[in-house]
Amino acid sequence: MSLRQPVSSDHQLARLLQIGVVLQEVVEARARKHLESTDDLEGDLEPLLEAAVERANSHRERLETLIEDLEADSVAYEDIEPLVEAQYQADQDFDDIIYDQLCNAETAYKFLDDLVGAIEESDASFGVDRQHLRTVLEELREAEANGVEAVTDLMEERE
Amino acid sequence: MNTADQYLKAIYLVQQQTDEPASTGRIADRLGVSPASANEMVGKLQERGLADHEKYKGVTLTDEGIRQAREALRTYCIIERFLLQVLEVEEFRAEARQLESVIDETVAERLDTIIEREPQCPDCFDAENDVCELLEADPEASD
Repeated sequence: MSLRQPVSSDHQLARLLQIGVVLQEVVEARARKHLESTDDLEGDLEPLLEAAVERANSHRERLETLIEDLEADSVAYEDIEPLVEAQYQADQDFDDIIYDQLCNAETAYKFLDDLVGAIEESDASFGVDRQHLRTVLEELREAEANGVEAVTDLMEERE
Repeated sequence: MNTADQYLKAIYLVQQQTDEPASTGRIADRLGVSPASANEMVGKLQERGLADHEKYKGVTLTDEGIRQAREALRTYCIIERFLLQVLEVEEFRAEARQLESVIDETVAERLDTIIEREPQCPDCFDAENDVCELLEADPEASD
């Protein structure tokens, strides 16, 4: 009865990894916009945003390596940043920014969790080593979970 | 998008196409599953208060079922638009169908921050062709 489709080909896997890259680029671009457009960031927001930029950048690089191993193309940050810019709303306060960061981290975690699940359900063989693929995605998922925790900790401190 | 949401979306679209309760056969055809599977899921949706199934007549969605089906359709539209507008995927309809079970609505909401989508979405979805009627594929788009 389930309609869940396991990842069945290199093409489909590469497409999902591309989506993962774009999500990381959205995180990075939005965090950079928050840093640039707010003169006086409250409390520990600035280090939180800087850590988010660094994490997104490193996660993107690891996903890009997998895409490269599948002999597919990644999605350039320079293509995504203007799309984020076009819809970015300036003048955001602490609550707006922290909530946005929470959405970013939760989304990245959820995507990686679903991707790991879809790969586990698949018996297809891929152009990348399955164990290596799983290890990378699980490490990224754990780092995103830590990112969510960092945001919620800051939210609790604020209360 | 989870399985229940995919069924709600399918029932909503079949009802739009036929303007009458959706038969489990048509729901099954739309989703590529057996009528028995469709029947079983429709029973679960009914238990959850999302659909009403009248034997020999078909399935209609409740108000809550319609609300959830429209949310699911909006998520699907975001996936199609993202594939076409951002990744320039020529076969965006086929790929959206393959990927929808892996893309959650929270993920789609983030993707929505970088695509263009009309405010009337999902009313502009063409059930027959399985695509937003306002979404024009660029002939230059490549895979």
